[in-house]
Amino acid sequence: MAKIKVATAHMAGCFGCHMSLLDIDERLVKLIELVDFDKSPIDDIKKFSGKVDVGIIEGGCASQENYEVLHSFRKHCSILVAVGECALTGGIPAMRNTVPLKECMEEAYLKGPSVVDGVIPNDPDIPLILDRVYPLHEVVKIDYFIPGCPPPADAYWQVLTALLEGKEPVISYEALKFD
Amino acid sequence: MSNGKITIYVDDVEVETEPGKTIMEACDASGIYIPRLCYHKDLIPGGHCRVCTIKVNGKPTNACTFPAQEGLVVENDTDELKEFRRNIIEMLFVEGNHVCPYCEKQGNCELQALAYRLGMIAPTYPYLFPKIEVDASHPDVYIDRNRCVICGRCVRASRDIDGKSVFGFVGRGNDKHIAVNAEHNLSETQLTAADRAADICPTGSIVVKRTAYKVPYGKRMYDQEPIGSDIEKSAKV
Repeated sequence: MAKIKVATAHMAGCFGCHMSLLDIDERLVKLIELVDFDKSPIDDIKKFSGKVDVGIIEGGCASQENYEVLHSFRKHCSILVAVGECALTGGIPAMRNTVPLKECMEEAYLKGPSVVDGVIPNDPDIPLILDRVYPLHEVVKIDYFIPGCPPPADAYWQVLTALLEGKEPVISYEALKFD
Repeated sequence: MSNGKITIYVDDVEVETEPGKTIMEACDASGIYIPRLCYHKDLIPGGHCRVCTIKVNGKPTNACTFPAQEGLVVENDTDELKEFRRNIIEMLFVEGNHVCPYCEKQGNCELQALAYRLGMIAPTYPYLFPKIEVDASHPDVYIDRNRCVICGRCVRASRDIDGKSVFGFVGRGNDKHIAVNAEHNLSETQLTAADRAADICPTGSIVVKRTAYKVPYGKRMYDQEPIGSDIEKSAKV
């Protein structure tokens, strides 16, 4: 049987959810026997090689680049899984959502106490920031969610093994956490 | 009836109780958990949150305020009511700014625990992200209305137990919030950290300062067992 293809991406988050995936420890060996990683920071592959079975996304949608990555994942992945508080709710980055974007940028780049000769960045190489941070399911259809900050390794394991076996994922009470 | 007891039927289970008890009290004593948020056993029931909605003889009502009467047929643990309750919890999550990762109440929060128990993985409603100020003026207690669910426990505790009426509701609908009985902020009130109102909040809205994160992850109140397990276990004894 061909191996299942998995892609992962990191958006407006802290990479903690990817770290937590590595926390499945020795089960990683078993996972690697079952899956091949496609586009992912884990293997540093930058582009999709083709259609992927499972896409895992950490972090909220906060910039133009995030938006494009998210749509690219939706296009390439049969099943899309949002992982972690930021992907599910916007999380810590979404604290800026209560403040208008202009005020946020001015506070960070013009009025901040340590700013000298501040300029609001506007370089074509820097992705444009969105008006607010969006939970992923407000932008594209998400098939499954793994909450947590980060999700416990057991939650990852329970969802991934269920998906690999073609079953509906259920997260046990002990592994269901929002914090 | 002859022994002064009455019987109600909760999801086809006979529950014996006494006249004057509410359906919530009758069920608690029999080890049947009805999810609740604004209810607290030490307070006069408020009937605000509607999380304890049950069906009595087919009609929806509050378990915390409805008196038990002989022969009542009560629906509690049904898919319909569970979905209804989960929707209330979801709406509370999106109406405020309930960010569990940096909340001092994490693991001990009744709102979070209800979401776990009722099966909320991610809210299905759009987040409102309201802008709400924190009042940390008091030396020992702060009130963060981002996490307030308008349950009114603090209002009732301060008025009925502490005898101070530090908190009260103001506004209506979406504008409804908790106000403090002072010109400006919490520091001007008679509230102390020892008051019942200071530790009765189900969420991280009213928190006694310098008490957070004392219990490690994994050993907090709702880490291992769902909210309501204590009530359900009490029946089996």
